Amino acid sequence: MPAVDVVTLSRIQFGMTAMYHFLFVPLTLGLSLLLAIMESVYVMTGRTIWRDMTKFWGLLFGVNFAMGVATGVTMEFQFGTNWAYYSHYVGDVFGAPLALEGLMAFFLEATFIGLFFFGWERLSKVGHLVVTWLVAIGSNLSALWILIANGWMQHPVGAAFDYRTMRMEMTSFWAVLFNPVAQVKFVHTVSAGYVTGAVFVLAIGAIYLLLRRDVELARRSMTVAASFGLASALSVVVLGDESGYTATANQKMKIAAIEAMWDTEPPPASLTLFGFPDSKAEVTRDRIAIPWALGLIATRSVDTPIPGVKELVADAERRIRDGMPAYAALQALRANPDDAAAKATLADHGGNLGYALLLKRYAPNVVDASDDQIAEAARDTMPAIAPLFWSFRVMVGLGFLFIAVFAYAFWLSARRALDRRRWFLWLAALILPAPWIASELGWFVAESGRQPWAIEGVLPTFLGQSSVAASDVWFSLIGFVLFYSALAVVEVYLMVRTIRLGPALVAAPEGARGMGAAP
Amino acid sequence: MSFLFDYGTLRLTWWLLLGVLLIGFAVMDGFDLGVAALIPWVGRNDVERRIAINAIGPVWEGNQVWLILGAGAIFAAWPPLYAVAFSGFYPAMFIALVALILRPVGFKFRSKVEHPLWRSTWDWTLTVGGAAAALVFGVAVGNALEGAPFAFDQDLRASYHITLIGLLNPFALLAGLVSLAMLVMHGAAYLGVKADEPVAGRARRAGRAAALATIVLFAIGGLAVAFVVKGYRVVSAIDPSAPSNPLGKTVEQGTGLLLANYGLHPWTLAAPILGFAGAALAFLLLASSRRPAAALLATSASVIGIVATAGVSMFPFLLPSSESPASGLTVWDASSSRLTLAIMLVSVVMFVPIVLAYTAWVYYALRGRVTAQGVADGGHGGAY
Repeated sequence: MPAVDVVTLSRIQFGMTAMYHFLFVPLTLGLSLLLAIMESVYVMTGRTIWRDMTKFWGLLFGVNFAMGVATGVTMEFQFGTNWAYYSHYVGDVFGAPLALEGLMAFFLEATFIGLFFFGWERLSKVGHLVVTWLVAIGSNLSALWILIANGWMQHPVGAAFDYRTMRMEMTSFWAVLFNPVAQVKFVHTVSAGYVTGAVFVLAIGAIYLLLRRDVELARRSMTVAASFGLASALSVVVLGDESGYTATANQKMKIAAIEAMWDTEPPPASLTLFGFPDSKAEVTRDRIAIPWALGLIATRSVDTPIPGVKELVADAERRIRDGMPAYAALQALRANPDDAAAKATLADHGGNLGYALLLKRYAPNVVDASDDQIAEAARDTMPAIAPLFWSFRVMVGLGFLFIAVFAYAFWLSARRALDRRRWFLWLAALILPAPWIASELGWFVAESGRQPWAIEGVLPTFLGQSSVAASDVWFSLIGFVLFYSALAVVEVYLMVRTIRLGPALVAAPEGARGMGAAP
Repeated sequence: MSFLFDYGTLRLTWWLLLGVLLIGFAVMDGFDLGVAALIPWVGRNDVERRIAINAIGPVWEGNQVWLILGAGAIFAAWPPLYAVAFSGFYPAMFIALVALILRPVGFKFRSKVEHPLWRSTWDWTLTVGGAAAALVFGVAVGNALEGAPFAFDQDLRASYHITLIGLLNPFALLAGLVSLAMLVMHGAAYLGVKADEPVAGRARRAGRAAALATIVLFAIGGLAVAFVVKGYRVVSAIDPSAPSNPLGKTVEQGTGLLLANYGLHPWTLAAPILGFAGAALAFLLLASSRRPAAALLATSASVIGIVATAGVSMFPFLLPSSESPASGLTVWDASSSRLTLAIMLVSVVMFVPIVLAYTAWVYYALRGRVTAQGVADGGHGGAY
């Protein structure tokens, strides 16, 4: 068994690089579609200001896109470098959507992004518009495939354990593809990306209006952002609710942890608005709750109970004990692959094999674990509750803030009054970082709430690690911190510089063959 | 659809497809890496360097997806290989990653500020990133040919005794240099097609030197595998449809075994011959400016031949183990399940032709040379 601290280091590195990567992804998702919409208006109306808008936001898109691509390679590699046993154990299922992401999505967006920048002079209007749409479709398709992969980590359907190969193998591709968790997460995540793109355009447009510069371009951009953003913000909240509903069925512990709900309440359960969860005492202090609300939202019924944390820990203990014979059978099958009794035991108890593997941290042989060790392993199924509780509440609060801001912006732009409400322009400019905060918190809730599992109920995170030396992971972790920080400085500098120079960068004088990039 | 496919046949098909994807990467992204490595030599001023950069500017992003897809396909079709190779070569992978990240940002960031120090910093970043990536990929292949010190336990968890110094052994460095020379040659031929004079002329001269270096280094590599480097052979019976568990076989180690396949199947000699002949032809064609496209075809053929040579030499091994030969990964015991291989095969057969078609259309839309005039007025592909 490798040392535990390699797991911690690898988790820090994966979490950090994933969150860094996701600074760029949502903007790519949202802005790519906004570019396609703006250019569609240009092609339909023939008014060059819409082309300039596409080119200007395209400049910012390009800087962001390059960082998204670059940091995405790290994510793909890390499954192999830091989570080698994970890759072995579930690669048969998890690898397929990743490969399909490359095949169907990355090629599309990456092949056409070059033509988006270099093709203005070389393609017809409609030809270039098609290119822009293909970039947007490619970006969104990549989100679909990666969320199918992630959805499987949350809810591993369509696969079964094979003792001969010591891994999970795919039994139904359709089940993996149409995993309800993946579908809901996909729409929730891309909607969040659209909100990010819309807030980005709205905020920078507001800054221009506050400075009374590039007014025409800013006002039109804000109008597009307001309507697109309003639809997306509504979708994000509705689909977030849907996500909670599917999680209620599949990841009960995650729901209980997010709600800091220690005990099972008589249905329908109340919804905690605020409070201070205390994991030691297993209570939530100073709780303000709405009666019935959680039961109605999460189960859409009045009589389905939602299990609390304590009940779920007790359930985990039962499942661990049930999985222990499966592990014993696995060892018997290694000694004698034709052992019929062992095969039957594995078939009966295999569903809880993953729970038995939780014991590996305390009792490497699993089968000889003591009652204390089993209780300890069962307690491990409870994720860190207070961070989940707070992250979730901030994310949801921001979601409602976006709806309000976009609704008001939409109303203002419909009345052509955007530049008359300076307080609103200030507000729109100031919420620029908010969608990133919401997205990062959302991922934190999704992934931290999945702990201690890498694959829910199948493979504990600590078993997924590679047998690498802690010094190697220290080396790469420090390397990433330094390297990514330097890149962040350059990235922010270039973004700010492009925004400061503004649309003048692309608004070439008539007759000039202006391409639209910096000189 | 899976019932149409026999497990052994699927595995062999996926071995070929892995070759196709890695060759796709080497041919497509290879010239990007080569061009990047050549920037300081072919561009003496900012405009000339921009000609070189703009020649690959609109296409490198798509080309790099061949690498992403290659890695994804290894994950999906050969999970044990993905697990062992990526974690076992940990420090090398980190260096490769840094090189691969510096490239996209280098391309994008370079043009945004006009200061000479800013630009020369990113030029060198691109050059070092391109050369380092070309070198590291070769070193990885060299280590794969030699076998890496790893072993599986009963849970199929791999452990290894791989160090950065160990990875940089003489034969692996030789393989790294073959890769670097080959991709510089290939990049030079690409500039011969896409860049205007004097950049194209300098590239051709560099390309001839690189073609000679490729021939010499590749030949030394051949001598090394014949007389020094040990190969591996499965001596127990092989069941091509057995479950993917590498521990069930017996493997022997011996000098010269890396050439055994050429004796068993002489037609496979086509691979190394193509490697040499392509480079030799490129050396001749790059002497003049008359046949740039033919020179690019020749370097492409050489790249295909050299990558294929590595695969054929190892077959059926994907990654042999020097520490515990039975743990070595082969085509017959390190694949995904039959269902996954079948689904991935159908996907690849459907989508790779589509990808190739639209990639070809993009190159067609971007046809023509990148000129100083074009770079200067920012029209003809002057985005960088």
